[in-house]
Amino acid sequence: MAERHHDHEHEEGSTLTEMDLRVRALETILAEKGYIEPAALDRIVELYETKIGPHIGAQVIAKAWCDAAFKQALLDDASKAVATIAQQVGRVGEHLIAVENTPQQHNMIVCTLCSCYPTDVLGLPPTWYKSFAYRSRVVKEPHAVLADFGVTLPADTEIRVWDSTAETRYIVVPMRPAGTEGWSEAQLAKLITRDSMVGTGLAKNPSEVD
Amino acid sequence: MDGVHDMGGMDGFGKVEPEPNEPVFHHRWEGRVLAMSRAIGVFRAWTIDTSRYAIEQMAPAFYLSRPYYEKWFVRNQNLLIEKGVIDADEVAAGRALRPAKNLTRGPFSLADIDKVTKRGSFYRPAQGPAKFKVGDRVRTKNIHPHTHTRLPRYARGHLGVVERLHGTHAFPDSVAAGKGDDPQWLYTVRFDAQELWGADAEPGLKVSIEAFEPYLEHV
Repeated sequence: MAERHHDHEHEEGSTLTEMDLRVRALETILAEKGYIEPAALDRIVELYETKIGPHIGAQVIAKAWCDAAFKQALLDDASKAVATIAQQVGRVGEHLIAVENTPQQHNMIVCTLCSCYPTDVLGLPPTWYKSFAYRSRVVKEPHAVLADFGVTLPADTEIRVWDSTAETRYIVVPMRPAGTEGWSEAQLAKLITRDSMVGTGLAKNPSEVD
Repeated sequence: MDGVHDMGGMDGFGKVEPEPNEPVFHHRWEGRVLAMSRAIGVFRAWTIDTSRYAIEQMAPAFYLSRPYYEKWFVRNQNLLIEKGVIDADEVAAGRALRPAKNLTRGPFSLADIDKVTKRGSFYRPAQGPAKFKVGDRVRTKNIHPHTHTRLPRYARGHLGVVERLHGTHAFPDSVAAGKGDDPQWLYTVRFDAQELWGADAEPGLKVSIEAFEPYLEHV
């Protein structure tokens, strides 16, 4: 093992870490045996880095803010509703559920057991979502977790936490900020952050964007 | 299993620290591990429940100290060897030493990309009528299997209300044990925080889990 590492370092410089080498070795084995095409892996990485991200969810939420019938369809069956606009937002699979924030109830999403996340609409989860601190605390002290994000809720807003313990995946429909009457869906989408769709943030106010 | 992965309600992990403008991957190898995991998923050499269980079975000190994608990598490599897709001597050599065995599906190529960027379905045909309906009061069972389960510790033995019914899904506890899909009704069950955390719980807080029917009993 050590000898192989030495060889790689000699050939390619010493900046490669042990993980780089171990991962590369496994990829080499799988490719040499014909199980995977490395170009297909390149494409998956590219998709998650550039195409599958929170902008998808933001488009869905912006449409829900503007179109009451779509919002109702989204709350009734999010997978189905999003499929109707899939041409615009990308491919979204099964078991997606949208939950709506109101002045009375603020929703937050977690996976206490692993890292289940609505990847089809938000991309890969950020590190904090997978962190032990978030996973352990949000089901017990969500107000304190929100404080870590700089978020304070009105005193009469109650919190509902959804623990994603099965293959259902949740997305939060944040409240539409005041002062956005007449805005287009594209304008509104800029207010809708990833965190606002997980419940650790709120949609931005108009003053927070250009 | 009652492992360290089952973190709901634990103390001591400190503040949540969001990283501004966080990249999708912090190192190139993380992206390769994610991509390999997705590609391997298409082989159907194992299920998502098997892969979760494999991570749960890692030594607690390893689970708690190693980066997220390193755990994925170790899981992938170990399961690939365990399922006979690759061999341990090939890992040691860093290259293929013998031809591939036939997989159910695969090889994974550019033509398969669509299979990994959209979630598949976990719906399975119902084996019988649902025992519970929306609004029913239920109690989660006090179970402590040594094997994989998706009933978190903090929500065991507690009174809740059925809020949603999601149809019948493959049952992770059975799938991870190699007993097939064993389809079960899936519910959202909501708990008052006081029921879970006692009198000092945050006022007004409600927490729900997705509960498979075998986790529940009538009150």
